[in-house]
Amino acid sequence: MDLDLLLDSIPKLMQGTVVTLEVIGVALFVGGLMALPIALARVSRNPLLFTPAYGYIFFFRATPLLVQIYLIYYGSGQFRPFLEDIGLWPIFREAFWCAVIALSLNTSAYTAEILRGGIQGVPHGAIDAGHALGMSKPLIYRRIIIPTAYRLALPAYGNEIIFMLKGSALVSVIAMFDLMGWTRTIFARTFALEIYVYAAVIYLALTWIISRGIKYVEGRLSRDLGPPPSPAPDLTPERPAETGRRAPA
Amino acid sequence: MLELFSFGDQGWGDELAVGAGVTLSLAVVSVAFGLVLGLLGAGAKLSRFRLLRLAGEAYTTLIRGIPELLVIFLVYFGSGFLLQWAAELVGYDGYIEVSGFAAGVVALSLVFGAFATEVFRGAFLAVPKGQIDAAHAVGMAPFLTFRRVTLPQVWRFALPGLGNLWVSLLKDTSLVSVVALDELVRKTNIAIGFEKRPFTFYMAAALIFCAMTLVSMWLQHHAERVANRGVRRA
Repeated sequence: MDLDLLLDSIPKLMQGTVVTLEVIGVALFVGGLMALPIALARVSRNPLLFTPAYGYIFFFRATPLLVQIYLIYYGSGQFRPFLEDIGLWPIFREAFWCAVIALSLNTSAYTAEILRGGIQGVPHGAIDAGHALGMSKPLIYRRIIIPTAYRLALPAYGNEIIFMLKGSALVSVIAMFDLMGWTRTIFARTFALEIYVYAAVIYLALTWIISRGIKYVEGRLSRDLGPPPSPAPDLTPERPAETGRRAPA
Repeated sequence: MLELFSFGDQGWGDELAVGAGVTLSLAVVSVAFGLVLGLLGAGAKLSRFRLLRLAGEAYTTLIRGIPELLVIFLVYFGSGFLLQWAAELVGYDGYIEVSGFAAGVVALSLVFGAFATEVFRGAFLAVPKGQIDAAHAVGMAPFLTFRRVTLPQVWRFALPGLGNLWVSLLKDTSLVSVVALDELVRKTNIAIGFEKRPFTFYMAAALIFCAMTLVSMWLQHHAERVANRGVRRA
C-alpha cells in the first residue's frame, strides 16, 4: 500500500467530506421543510391538492437523480437569458447551488412519501380521541397526527438520509469537489485504485455514524412506549411440541 | 420542437430509442444475476454456519453502505487492473479494455443482490413456520416442502420489495453512462452536444424513465394480484 498516496490524499478527502456533508445538510433541511406540505397535500382528498402533489412525487421518484442533476445544472443554461432577467442566474451557474436544489427536490419527494406513510399509520383511536375531546381539525393535525407521524417515519427517514449520502456522490459529475469529486480527481492523476477503496471506507463510516444516530433518536422518542420486549423465558413445563391442530379423536 | 425527436436522419428519436433499449437490456441482465445473488445472500444470512452468515452480512453492509457510483467505479477500474495483472502473468502485455456493459452488469447485479438479500430474507422469515411443520408432519421431503410451500409464499412476500428494487435498478443504469456506456443518458448527452438544448433533451429522457417506471408499476401490480390469488383479504 502506497503510504505517500494515503497521506497526501487524506486532507483532500477530508475537505471533500466536509463539502459532502454541507451539501446533504442543506438539501435535507430544505427538502425536509418542503416535504410536510407536500405530504399533507398528498393525503388530502381535494383533487386540486392531491394531483400536483402526486405528480411531483411521481416525477422525482421515477426519474434518476443523475438526470435531475443534469436537468438543473445544464438545463438551466437553456434558460439563461430568462434567469438573468429575474436575477437568479448567479444561483444557477454555481454547481453547489444546482446540486443543493436537485438534491432538495429529490429528497422532498421521497420524504413526502415517507411522511405520508407515517400520517396514514397514526392509529385511528388517537384521532377519534381528539374528535371526542372537541379538537378542531388543524389542532388534531398539530398535536396528534404530525408528532406521531414523524415518530413512525423515523426509521424510514434514517434510510432516506443514507440514500441522500449515497446520492450526493453524483454531484461529482458536475465538477463539485465533494468526497467523490476529490476521489475521482486523485484517481485521474495517479490511477491508483486504492483511492476508491479509501473513499468507500469513508462512506461506510459516515453510513454507520448516521445509522447509530438515527437509532439513538428513535430510542429517545420512543421512551414513552416502554422498553423493547425481551425474549420471554419459556416457563411452560416440558411437553412434546404440537405441530398443528389435530382433528378431535 | 417535435421534429427534434423524429426517427430518421434529422431527428434524435431513433438514437434515444436505441439508448433506452441498452438501458433496458442492461437492467434485465443485471436483475437476472441480481436475483440469483439475492437468493444466495439470503440463504447465507439464514444459514446455520456462522461463517456464511458473516459473509452475507459483510456483503450486504459493504455494498449497501457505499454509493452505487462508487461500486461502478470499483468494478470498472478494478476489473481492468485485475485483468491486466492476470494477463501479465501469462505474458500478455497489451491493453485490455473492459466493456462498460459488462462492468455495469457486474456492479448493478452486486447492488441489486445486496438489497434483494434483505428482501428475500424478510420474505423467508415471513412464511408461517406452522405451515412448514405441517408439511413435514404429512411426510413431505425438504425439497418438496420448499417447492410447494415455502417458495410460492416467499415469492408473494418478496414481490413488492423486488418491484421497488427493479425501479431503482432502472434508474441506476443511468450511472453507467459515467463510464462510457451508450445507454439513454449518454445518448441524451450526445444529442445535447449537437442541438444545444439541454433542458429539452434531459426532460425527454426523464419522461422516458417515467414511462418505463409506469409500465413497471403496472406489471408489478398485476404480478402481485396473481401471486396473491386465493389469499384472504390481503
